[in-house]
Amino acid sequence: MNRLFPAAALALLTTAAQAQTPVLNVLTYDSFTSEWGPGPAIETAFEAVCACDLVFSAVGDGAELLARVQLEGAKSEASVVLGLDTNLTAQAAATGLFAPHGQTGGNDLPVPFDDPIFLPYDWGYFAFVYDNTKLATPPTSFEALAASDLKIVIQDPRSSTPGLGLLLWVKAAYGDRAPEIWAALADNILTVTPGWSEAYGMFTAGEADMVLSYTTSPAYHLIAEEDAGKSAAAFDEGHYMQVEVAGKLAAAPQPELADQFLAFMATDAFQSVIPTTNWMYPAHMPEAGLPEGFAQMITPAKALLLSADEAQAARKNALDEWLTALSR
Amino acid sequence: MADRALSLSAAGLAAALFALLLAPLVALGLSFDGLTLGAAEAAALRFTLWQAMLSALISVGLAVPVARALARRRFRGRGVLISTLGAPFILPVIVAVLGLLAVFGRAGWVNSSLGALGLPEFTIYGLQGVVLAHVFFNMPLAVRMVLQGWQAIPAERFRLAQSLGFSPADTLRHLEWPMLRAVLPGAALVIFVICLTSFAVALTLGGGPRATTIELAIYQALRFDFDLPTAARLALLQFALCAAAYLLATRLTLPSSFGAGQGRAGGPPAPGGWRRGVDAVAIALAGLFIALPLLAVVLAGLPGLGDLPVQVWQAAGRSLAVAGASTALCISAALLLALAAARGRGWPALAATLPLAASSLVLGTGLFLLLQPYVRPSSLALPVTVVINAALALPFAFRILAPEARSLYSDYNRLSRSLGMTPWARARWVVLPRLSRPLGFAAGLVAALSMGDLGVIALFAGEAEATLPLLVQRLMGAYRMETAASAALLLVALSFALFWAFDQWGRRHAAI
Repeated sequence: MNRLFPAAALALLTTAAQAQTPVLNVLTYDSFTSEWGPGPAIETAFEAVCACDLVFSAVGDGAELLARVQLEGAKSEASVVLGLDTNLTAQAAATGLFAPHGQTGGNDLPVPFDDPIFLPYDWGYFAFVYDNTKLATPPTSFEALAASDLKIVIQDPRSSTPGLGLLLWVKAAYGDRAPEIWAALADNILTVTPGWSEAYGMFTAGEADMVLSYTTSPAYHLIAEEDAGKSAAAFDEGHYMQVEVAGKLAAAPQPELADQFLAFMATDAFQSVIPTTNWMYPAHMPEAGLPEGFAQMITPAKALLLSADEAQAARKNALDEWLTALSR
Repeated sequence: MADRALSLSAAGLAAALFALLLAPLVALGLSFDGLTLGAAEAAALRFTLWQAMLSALISVGLAVPVARALARRRFRGRGVLISTLGAPFILPVIVAVLGLLAVFGRAGWVNSSLGALGLPEFTIYGLQGVVLAHVFFNMPLAVRMVLQGWQAIPAERFRLAQSLGFSPADTLRHLEWPMLRAVLPGAALVIFVICLTSFAVALTLGGGPRATTIELAIYQALRFDFDLPTAARLALLQFALCAAAYLLATRLTLPSSFGAGQGRAGGPPAPGGWRRGVDAVAIALAGLFIALPLLAVVLAGLPGLGDLPVQVWQAAGRSLAVAGASTALCISAALLLALAAARGRGWPALAATLPLAASSLVLGTGLFLLLQPYVRPSSLALPVTVVINAALALPFAFRILAPEARSLYSDYNRLSRSLGMTPWARARWVVLPRLSRPLGFAAGLVAALSMGDLGVIALFAGEAEATLPLLVQRLMGAYRMETAASAALLLVALSFALFWAFDQWGRRHAAI
């Protein structure tokens, strides 16, 4: 077999050469591990305490991540999967590929969150972001948005995790009235993009008045670009949360290191990197608090979040309603 | 002897291609029970077919007058314009969409001008936007293919026509129409099949879920539902549509042969009068339509070009290496298949057309499943990308080479044989000089396409293997829209430089 696949032999040799330093493989999404994401700083900090080599491997985004876990199955080299959100965790748990994390010690989320398999590492609120130099009085609810002639760009829930988040936001806020809200919003939706990047790119290019993103998105512009021109609109219905979690694989090649990494996730060395690299709220407030600029972000009056099982149960129906309302 | 060796290696190559395309479907668990379509899938199929058909017909329809004008007029900047025709096709999708929006979007130049004149706004979102974008991508490609057809008519034929006192209508009927019947079905087929697998353009400019294509359904099945058999089934549907389109195009194609000429480039005669004005308008409109979105891409990227992070340059180097390797692989394969097809067989053309309909996500996922038991997928990121890029670009290279290979064969085969030329001498003195123009164009296109492709590398690449398109995506994911625009400009510039260099080489070495 190895004559057919010399690369396999090569891979084995390299693994053998590094045997003295154990390798912890963490599977995550692309923007986490990119040069501009939290990955590099977290890698340095963890390697300083673990006597191991932390290797991130990345796929596109949260949804792709789950698909990848299922593709690799029990053969995965990864011990930890980082970057699923709670809209996907029921499906992830059902694969049976994950093991309980066994960590204790809670978290600082604004809603009670306790899952035996998945540990949160950051969170945020979905919100519509707008340019405050062009729009003085943003809408304060989905109904006000639907009544306005503002144009928004959203992401497709069939290909994007924020898109799925919006679907469940409307469902959590309006329940059976969701189809009616979508029908009313139809003429405000300029277009639907496959992922977050395209939508946000269209918004910053001035093509749309608002874009579905996060309440913390303006912090990027404020802190990294010193541009106070972007704001998130506060909606009276409350804002749906995205809770990003990590879990240990049942077949983890490095179970102890995986446990150590999950415990490390709750420490300041990990958490203090999150706000200005992932532009989300840390799941455990660092001692030094949040960076300046985050104080200017809106705080929703109400946090909405369906449990993993509710989200899973609501998804198909909500998607059909969305398709029906927008396909007309 | 040489013929037999050629046929055998071409057959082996075609078999390998079919295996590369179909094995991933099997790996995903393709089964033949329940091949019926759900209501949503049927709607996606209808939209997919409709937009692909419109895009192909409009692209080809517009390409004819532009190509004819370019074939018979000589003006300053003509060479630059012909080279620029390759540019839209090699733009990364998201870059092209943002470029088109800067021109045709809500806040774009066209609507600002319309607004200033008090005219109603043009909305790009809808079927019109999808078709507009597909025409932007593909019409220039069609122009190049048709232009090549015009240039392939030996100058002697036009001179003969002139001395016989042909009117422009006679020339059209006896010389140009047969050429168009030989070239247009193939060009339309290629564009139709490219548009079959469109996903990001169709969704983003289509304005919402009405514009759902089969490719999006595949995406959903693979990513959210993890329903691999459904993805395989839909991917097979795309192949079936591609094969049907291929058969239709083959029926519509008339083989054309004008006989051998002395290989002098001359182009058709340039009639004066109102036809001159029509040609000028065709060239000007096509030029503007192509240049304005490109200009928007350049303007967006210029400000940040000076301080690109070092990773961008490393990724650019990796992308260039991938493009070089893919090009060598793809051109060799395309030449082999084109020479085999020139001997009148049908299967090389089908083998060289099917990759167009391949969903790169399905291909990548299937290969991942196939390779994973034996090797770490990330250690194969770059080799796999090279092979897939070469396979996906093969249809273009083949389409460009095939017509000329065919006329080369019918015009020179007997002569070469009677002279008793060795295969090597034949390659050196007959094949390469005759084919260098299409070879250069094809190599340029393949190199540029390999620079821009993203589909597969994203599935395999770890931290260390990022190519430039992947890096553009990572920058956008990290809110760095301006840096992403600059990195995208670098990508476009490098792709175009590659394209230009190969294309120039081909044109310089064309028929002595």
